[in-house]
Amino acid sequence: MHVVVCMKQVPDTTNVRINPETNTLMREGVESIINPFDEYAPEEALRLKDSCGARVTVVTMGPPQAAVVIREALARGADDGALVSSRAFGGADTLATSYTLSMAIRKLCGGKTPDLVLFGKQAIDGDTAQVGPGVSEFLEVPLVTYVKSLEVAADGAYRVTTVMDDGEQVVEGRFPAVMTVLKEAAVPRFAPLAGWMAAAKAKIEVLDEKAVDADPIRIGLKGSPTKVVTIFPPPVKGGGEKIDARGDGEKGAKAIAAFLQKKGLVK
Amino acid sequence: MADAPILIDRAKCVGCGKCVKGCGFGALSLVDAPGANKLGRLAEVDAAACKACFACIPACPFKAIAQVKQQIYGTEDLESYRDIWVFAEQSHGRIAEVAFELLAKGLELKAQRGEGARLCAVLLGSALAPDLEQSLVAAGADIVYKVDDPSLAEYEANVYVDAVAQLVAKHRPEVILAGATAVGRAFFARVAVKVRTGLTADCTMLKIESTKNKDTGAMQMLLHQTRPAFGGNIMATIMTPNHRPQMATVRPKVFKKAPPDPSRKGEVLLEALKLITPQTRLVKTVRDPDAIDIAAHDILISGGRGLKKEENFKLLFRLAELLGGEVSCSRAVVDAGWAPVARQVGQTGKTVAPKLYLCFGISGAIQHLEGIRGADTIIAVNSDPNAPIFGVADLGIVGDLFEVLPALIKELEK
Repeated sequence: MHVVVCMKQVPDTTNVRINPETNTLMREGVESIINPFDEYAPEEALRLKDSCGARVTVVTMGPPQAAVVIREALARGADDGALVSSRAFGGADTLATSYTLSMAIRKLCGGKTPDLVLFGKQAIDGDTAQVGPGVSEFLEVPLVTYVKSLEVAADGAYRVTTVMDDGEQVVEGRFPAVMTVLKEAAVPRFAPLAGWMAAAKAKIEVLDEKAVDADPIRIGLKGSPTKVVTIFPPPVKGGGEKIDARGDGEKGAKAIAAFLQKKGLVK
Repeated sequence: MADAPILIDRAKCVGCGKCVKGCGFGALSLVDAPGANKLGRLAEVDAAACKACFACIPACPFKAIAQVKQQIYGTEDLESYRDIWVFAEQSHGRIAEVAFELLAKGLELKAQRGEGARLCAVLLGSALAPDLEQSLVAAGADIVYKVDDPSLAEYEANVYVDAVAQLVAKHRPEVILAGATAVGRAFFARVAVKVRTGLTADCTMLKIESTKNKDTGAMQMLLHQTRPAFGGNIMATIMTPNHRPQMATVRPKVFKKAPPDPSRKGEVLLEALKLITPQTRLVKTVRDPDAIDIAAHDILISGGRGLKKEENFKLLFRLAELLGGEVSCSRAVVDAGWAPVARQVGQTGKTVAPKLYLCFGISGAIQHLEGIRGADTIIAVNSDPNAPIFGVADLGIVGDLFEVLPALIKELEK
């Protein structure tokens, strides 16, 4: 069994702001982190390695420093990984990213499709949740989203519980599949020191557009149907009345009760 | 002279002439080129005669011929796409509220678009009751495309993708909107890729306006899709100028539903599609009868980190009972394990639009404020006079919530 896990390095979004004068992103001092939603899929893959001897390959797309994502996964026990990286990939939207990643996955699997491709539920920079489903389409493999638990039977069939808005579905299927995995699925393991040391020395394969045989018109900004036309700071709603009730909770409570009365929100 | 659709690599061409035989239009010929290769001749293309069939590419054993890519990547025949579609998510005989919210927005978009654009709803399911389609018509749909098939009885992403992609290929909508629900986000993203277009997630503003296409210079009626990015710290307006349909998802409660008009007339078209078989087998559906849907409540009593302890969070339930509301929370409360994620408001939780949002100990991180933008009235209690929540609160109480909250409960119990 071969499991490919796709992960992403993202800016720590809590610190991203817009320069009010130029209306451009201020990235200075913004740290890069592993997308918090991407911590669980590798663990799910490593469990399949433990239980069925699966080979675990980690793929990330991003600038050269994103290689750290792969090293961390290697330290935890992944077998190999590749960094999909080139200036030509810059500005890719979810369609171009899905295309590029699917080409990289095919390349890493010798033109075949792996048994299972795992993603986190979404990345915190764009919050789109679109690349997992997009890759499933390019790989022409069934899609299962919001997986809360995954079991693999001896005959290779899988049974998963997925989370919906109004409950859960338990579904069965056969590999190959592309799945997006929730936090509930697995608690990430710690990487042993020896793992870190080996991962630090590992040579990370870098795949560019030529290596993955990508059609140049379908990658990067040029290959992206969606164009960001403007960015601007979120509108600010002005605050209303403010009452200082420090040391006098009663005063605050009475003000709220009166306000609710006035608005007809209380009998 | 126009550029030829193919490019011949002179370094690889050996002058064998196989491509000349392979071309059905006589667009290729051999010309003398002493010294270029052993045979001293090279293939040449007549750009005017080339029909861009690319039969010559596999005909060349030396991979000397390549397709010249067009400069703009896009959908062919953009003008043939018309109408505004809304995906009417249906589950167990109920249409999701977000579909009606999108139809209300769709009516505005239809007016902005003009030129006879129609508003259409897509309804998938099995043994669908006629009142479903009628409710879509009453909400503004001129046409309801209905696919009624046993394989659509329960949501299965892959069959949903197939059904909607087939409808898109057949009817060519200019715009399609879907709710950013667990269903909408997942299968819709794959539909967009299947039809090779863009998709903008979680839009908070949508409008159609005449806009200049930067690639072609032409004026087009384009969908302006505005959404928060980077955790809500930034708003971005996104367009899909060269691909169709223009696709977007919108979270529930972002747009307001309009009152239904039963006198509206619309056409219901039953689409008999040959669908793929489901790729996964549903073993069971677990529906939680106690499932909390904070977005469905008009009054929300919310708590954040400032509550300090789980026991204190429980105080909110008494207040919710008194006011006839439900309890929600900020991300900090979920991270601390005091409440399930179903109660979380904000960017990674739910977007809510209650009549009253009364919150205690929530400072108002941008991600949280994003989730309460649609609230009619916000009342905030916080000990920090500079908490950002006061910037959006209609009434702000600077004070100790451990004093204010019990006093308020007492006041309301009177």
